[in-house]
Amino acid sequence: MSTESAPAPQSGAAEDVKQGPRIAVSALTTNLREYGLIIALIVIMLFFQYTTSGTLFKPVNLSNLVQQNSFIIVMALGMLLVIVSGHIDLSVGSVAGFIGALAAMMMVIWPLGPLSNPLVVSIICLIVGGAIGAAQGYWIAYHRIPSFIVTLAGMLIFRGICQALLGGGSSVGPLPDSFKALSSGFIPDVIGPLTLIPPTVNAAGKTILGSGLTLHMTTIVLGLIAVLAYAYFGLRARRKRERHGYEAEPFPLFVIKTLVGSALALFLVVQFASYRGLPVVLLVMGVLISLFVFVTKRMTIGRRIYAMGGNAKAAQLSGINTERLTLLVFINMGVLSALGGLIIAARLGQAVPAAGLGSELDVIAAVFIGGASAMGGVGQVIGAVVGGFIMGVMNNGMSIMGVNVDWQQVVKGLVLLGAVIFDVYNKNKA
Amino acid sequence: MTSTILEMRDITKTFPGVKALSNVNLSVEEGEIHAIVGENGAGKSTLMKVLSGVYPSGTYEGDIVFRGQECHFKGIHDSEHIGIVIIHQELALVPMLSIAENIFLGNEHATYGVIDWNANEKRTKALLDKVGLKEDPKTLITNIGVGKQQLVEIAKALSKEVKLLILDEPTASLSEKDSQALLDLLLEFKRQGMTSILISHKLNEVNRVADKVTVIRDGRTIETLPRKDISEDRIITSMVGRSLDDRYPPREPQIGEVVFEVKDWSVYHPIHAERQVIKNVNLNVRKGEVVGIAGLMGAGRTEFAMSLFGRSYGRHITGEVLLEGKPIDISSVSKAVENRIAYVTEDRKTYGLNLIDHIKHNVTLANLGGVSSRGVIDDMREMSVANDYRKKTNIRASSVYQLTGNLSGGNQQKVVLSKWLFADPELLILDEPTRGIDVGAKYEIYTIIARLAAEGKAIIVISSEMPELLGITDRIYVMNEGRMVGEMAASDASQEKIMRAIVRGEGKKAS
Repeated sequence: MSTESAPAPQSGAAEDVKQGPRIAVSALTTNLREYGLIIALIVIMLFFQYTTSGTLFKPVNLSNLVQQNSFIIVMALGMLLVIVSGHIDLSVGSVAGFIGALAAMMMVIWPLGPLSNPLVVSIICLIVGGAIGAAQGYWIAYHRIPSFIVTLAGMLIFRGICQALLGGGSSVGPLPDSFKALSSGFIPDVIGPLTLIPPTVNAAGKTILGSGLTLHMTTIVLGLIAVLAYAYFGLRARRKRERHGYEAEPFPLFVIKTLVGSALALFLVVQFASYRGLPVVLLVMGVLISLFVFVTKRMTIGRRIYAMGGNAKAAQLSGINTERLTLLVFINMGVLSALGGLIIAARLGQAVPAAGLGSELDVIAAVFIGGASAMGGVGQVIGAVVGGFIMGVMNNGMSIMGVNVDWQQVVKGLVLLGAVIFDVYNKNKA
Repeated sequence: MTSTILEMRDITKTFPGVKALSNVNLSVEEGEIHAIVGENGAGKSTLMKVLSGVYPSGTYEGDIVFRGQECHFKGIHDSEHIGIVIIHQELALVPMLSIAENIFLGNEHATYGVIDWNANEKRTKALLDKVGLKEDPKTLITNIGVGKQQLVEIAKALSKEVKLLILDEPTASLSEKDSQALLDLLLEFKRQGMTSILISHKLNEVNRVADKVTVIRDGRTIETLPRKDISEDRIITSMVGRSLDDRYPPREPQIGEVVFEVKDWSVYHPIHAERQVIKNVNLNVRKGEVVGIAGLMGAGRTEFAMSLFGRSYGRHITGEVLLEGKPIDISSVSKAVENRIAYVTEDRKTYGLNLIDHIKHNVTLANLGGVSSRGVIDDMREMSVANDYRKKTNIRASSVYQLTGNLSGGNQQKVVLSKWLFADPELLILDEPTRGIDVGAKYEIYTIIARLAAEGKAIIVISSEMPELLGITDRIYVMNEGRMVGEMAASDASQEKIMRAIVRGEGKKAS
């Protein structure tokens, strides 16, 4: 909470009035961690773009990348709050696996009649996830059992139930197409495609796949709206600051930040639009990320979570019900684990016993790479999301390069360690 | 035929903003029990930390000469090596290890790292005999009482071939019987020729065992009294004998009706359920009145305040709390805050602040509702609140975005105060509001207290510094061992009167 996030509209080193150029410097230094993280992501992407001879940024690969990693990022949003509040949740991978199995059983095996409708099943699964979170959170919050232990138990229990549900080693499927759309679907083009360059036709009169440029116009319009909204809200927050007599970050810095951010966003939008449009799961993720940024930055409940993680005793003596708050954090984690489980099952098209196996470690790594502190009280949503993408891009890039999975693990481990050492070093310097 | 074993000359120790010790001299003779007395915060513990190397050589000025040799300790290890062992007020034993393991912790009889348990236990047995403790060396520390734990600490000191034993408030948490036994043990050691330094503010104990008494006040040695001159009156005068000059802002109290009343308040210890910490306390505060609670450390004042504030301390709490004559429910902190009660903790780092967050977020934490609507925080409103209180309480920081962990003690205290002022309380309980902060910041805090009283708030100030209570309050309660043992108008009160109330309270219990 000590630094403001770079992309958030109200960000910047808000200083008292009457300090000129110092503000520019402090705006940069206070946000160094997050600018640095985003720059690191861009550098890593460019690196793989080069080593994979341009495959990384290919529209089809970008869609894949999002679809492969979305569940990590969705769960990282919950994990961020868990870690900020001073806890850990090791059970998320198992809970995700269990929920995937439950969803598959409800949709495919059990004779539930109208209840086996994918939407109904999804809602029930999210509720079950919340209940699992509540069950674990209860022991952590009200009986002070260390979260490490409770969720380690949960990790074993729910993996076991997941496998038992699926009847040993078998997988259950196929899942209905309408359910699979959650993960592998794209938003419909209600406006209609725009062909800028007609595809090349080969000698046989057939079009060559991937040639020409046809844009998914709904995606383009949505992208433009998002970018304009980003610029508009940024400007409005600046105006508000100035009206109240507080200096915002220097205008040129603001312009550069907004332009670079918008350009990057538009580039990605065009890439998606030239393939099949915006993946549904990216839309879901975008909405959730915005929601969690808002909750952590602007809402009292978010503030209370940071205060509790920073100093639980002081928070308690300030009238914060730390027990209930901890319970809520774990319920939230449970719901998001369930959503992660649904996304995994939808992508695979079936429920498998190993779904989500080990993903808790990727989720936790994403949050720590994103700058959260293991002591609690520190961490940003945007950081966790970028951390998740860094992990995802490395997975994706190294796979395309043909790096052995064993060595991929080593590289990921080193990146995690390096990011945390970088943090600690910076903190000691300051 | 005595020789000087320890000589501390012109010891001066400065902390940022505070001079904790200035030119302290202490001379201890071989084979005596030398008592050091003084108020809380007078500098006794700091002096002992200098002596034992907790503050290493170079961080203070002055010389330490032990058995004719000038010493430059770099840490506790050095001082223990030549036979100076200090037993702190808070015992440093590991609860889940046995007596033997604790005594030889870090000092085990071992060959190549393999511990010889038989040798350890035999040695332990011998040491326990010396201190008169009949316990199996294998007993876990957590299973024996505080009095016996104290003896284990002493046995541990003996295992280090101690030449000079320093006991910092050894009887603070002991029962009368255990205290007597401990003092007898000290006298026994003296017969065997050991030298001890006893830090205490229980004057009857000092009276009983000490050969000499050195009085410390405001970080200076006032005098050293030989055995024949030791008397309670003499010591009290010496301990508190400073003038009350204009260190306190002037105020004209305008005292109204009783706002806040506590009736028959009793609290039991949160872990040791049979121990009653607060015993049938009654108290009231009027509008615009500043009420002080005096007492020594461990008198139960903080426990009393925290048990009132949302039952943040203790269990089996009974009693009644009235606000403007009506009973109120303050069974949780948020209910207490809703009933417009605020408690400013004595330990701002542990209980008061989120040190890794900045001033703005700390100031609004207890009243987030005041800067938000429907759970959404209005950044600008929060900003202006934070800046407003920063000006009002004169917090010196580059901006409200400075981390509270990087502020000085005085400014941290002002942040905690701001937090509770923004919660807009009718009753404000301030627990040691000026502990560990410099004189200038103290004056600012006093000014804020005076202003709040003038606005008609009811204020309780808990303080171990008696001049402070006399300087800023209108009425003083004296607390000792969980009871109210005195109540006096500040105009009639004096440090001697307060001390006497405390000492008598203790005497009453002993008889």
